[in-house]
Amino acid sequence: MSLEVLVFIIFNGLLYGMFLFMLSSGLTLIFGMMGILNFAHASFFMIGAYLGYQISENINFWIALIFAPMLVGIMGAMIEKYGLRNIHKYGHIAELLFTFGLFYIIEEMVQLIWGKTPVPYKVPEILNFPLIEISGMSYPAYSMFRLVISLLIFLAIYRVLAKTKTGLIIKASLTNPNMVAALGHNVPRVFSNVFGFGCALAGLAGVLAGNVIGTEPSMALLLGPIVFVVVVTGGLGSIKGALVASIIIGLIQTLTISMEYDLNSLINYLGFQIDINSTINHFTSLTLSQLSPIVPYILLIIVLIARPRGLFGKRDV
Amino acid sequence: MLNIKNLNAYYGKSHILQGVNLIVNEGEIVSLLGRNGVGRSTVIKSIMGMVKTDGSILFDGKQIIDLPIHQISNRGIAYVSENRDIFPDLTVYENLELGKKNNNSNIKWDIEELFDLFPNLKNRINVLGGVLSGGEQQMLTICRSLMGCPKLIMIDEPTEGLSPQMVNNVEKLLIKIAQKGVSILLVEQKLTIAFKLSKRLYVMGHGKVVYEGTPKNIKENQSIIKEWLEVS
Ligand SMILES: Nc1ncnc2c1ncn2[C@@H]1O[C@H](COP(=O)(O)OP(=O)(O)O)[C@@H](O)[C@H]1O
Ligand SMILES: [Mg+2]
Repeated sequence: MSLEVLVFIIFNGLLYGMFLFMLSSGLTLIFGMMGILNFAHASFFMIGAYLGYQISENINFWIALIFAPMLVGIMGAMIEKYGLRNIHKYGHIAELLFTFGLFYIIEEMVQLIWGKTPVPYKVPEILNFPLIEISGMSYPAYSMFRLVISLLIFLAIYRVLAKTKTGLIIKASLTNPNMVAALGHNVPRVFSNVFGFGCALAGLAGVLAGNVIGTEPSMALLLGPIVFVVVVTGGLGSIKGALVASIIIGLIQTLTISMEYDLNSLINYLGFQIDINSTINHFTSLTLSQLSPIVPYILLIIVLIARPRGLFGKRDV
Repeated sequence: MLNIKNLNAYYGKSHILQGVNLIVNEGEIVSLLGRNGVGRSTVIKSIMGMVKTDGSILFDGKQIIDLPIHQISNRGIAYVSENRDIFPDLTVYENLELGKKNNNSNIKWDIEELFDLFPNLKNRINVLGGVLSGGEQQMLTICRSLMGCPKLIMIDEPTEGLSPQMVNNVEKLLIKIAQKGVSILLVEQKLTIAFKLSKRLYVMGHGKVVYEGTPKNIKENQSIIKEWLEVS
């Protein structure tokens, strides 16, 4: 593998990783503070993509980039305040069912408004050109734009958590929300805000990715599982874990997808031969790139065997 | 300042407190005694709004029974739980920061004053709360709640599991708090300490107050001690 290819893979892996972080950071904070595993989290990602499309159509992409995540965030905060908070007293199962229902309601709503087929959400013209071209490969300007935005968002989250009183309240609430409230902080309001902010981040990820991966009603279902893998691998409630797991999964998946090695080549290398007509050849001839989609799940299993609470988690899964 | 009438508390279907009446006056140390499991912690948690309750809890003449936890706290009530709920992932300094709040209490505490009492905390200001010793954690929780300048502080078994030296420190701190005019509602297992510190005591049994009096009253009334306090 040439150096250029490796650089491209790293950039793409980082981009995918930061994208996963934008989705999983909100989810993991919400879980850590409220104990709710929000099944509908990826649905907010989908709403973000659709609103990004709609606002881009009617006004322009830049307005969409700012207002679509805000709208999604407000929607999330409202759902927390008027929905989840009232259900809280019936326990975690009720909350889980609520977010489950929310997932389906959002999917149906999206189909009612925008139809069942993908909408033509396009990369903004001004960013639609190859930024770097080396030995026949090109890195799109829009990808670089997404990477920069997600890095900025990461820095912002880091600063808020590390340097502000709000950050202190959030971190303390991860271990003991009742005690934080007993010190006079309005924890329910912090919950709503974190929930809303987490949804806004998912919405932003949707605005930024919807025009690349395609904006369609099943996008939440497609993305949901991988976000859970990130959050559980990193450790439920750990923002650091979410970051590390996102980057690892982003890099590994991008790396494997570009590899055409299979087990046969390893076996050949070791001096053995597999009969092409044997049953086992069906497995040994699978290439790494074909296996790429399940790599995150394999990682999840390995991590959970070695560390049942995830990489940085303090709570049981 | 705190006036509790006919307080009932429930965990799910179990009816834990059954009509508790209790008063704490301004600047007073009042102890809540009783064997384990009689509901002393539950009284404190009920006042703090952490348990499902009914009845009446007046603080400074105003009903607080159905308020959310943070509003009860902001009326000027502090809670130091029996679990020493420091935030283990935050530093000593950050733990203290979280205790601060804006209120117009006329009893002020500043960090230096508390550090004078516990030089240890000052030395360990940037250490994570989770690595402090049990005694240091206890000091930190009490100091943290003082940062909010409360009018009433409720402390649940502060000397439990501490070395005699630390028990001594806690005692001194409680006396200092009371001298500044803060009321204290104290749950204390060690009778000698409770008798020494408090003017009035309540004895609880099975979710009810079974006796109320001064330390002198109780010491003269051995049957109360035998029936409700001594561990046989
Ligand atoms: N979270 C809870 N859920 C159910 N029952 C509880 C809970 N906490 C305490 N109890 C019960 O309530 C009773 C009183 O407990 P508590 O107030 O902690 O007693 P004390 O502090 O006097 O030792 C006990 O019988 C205890 O088993
Ligand atoms: Mg207790």
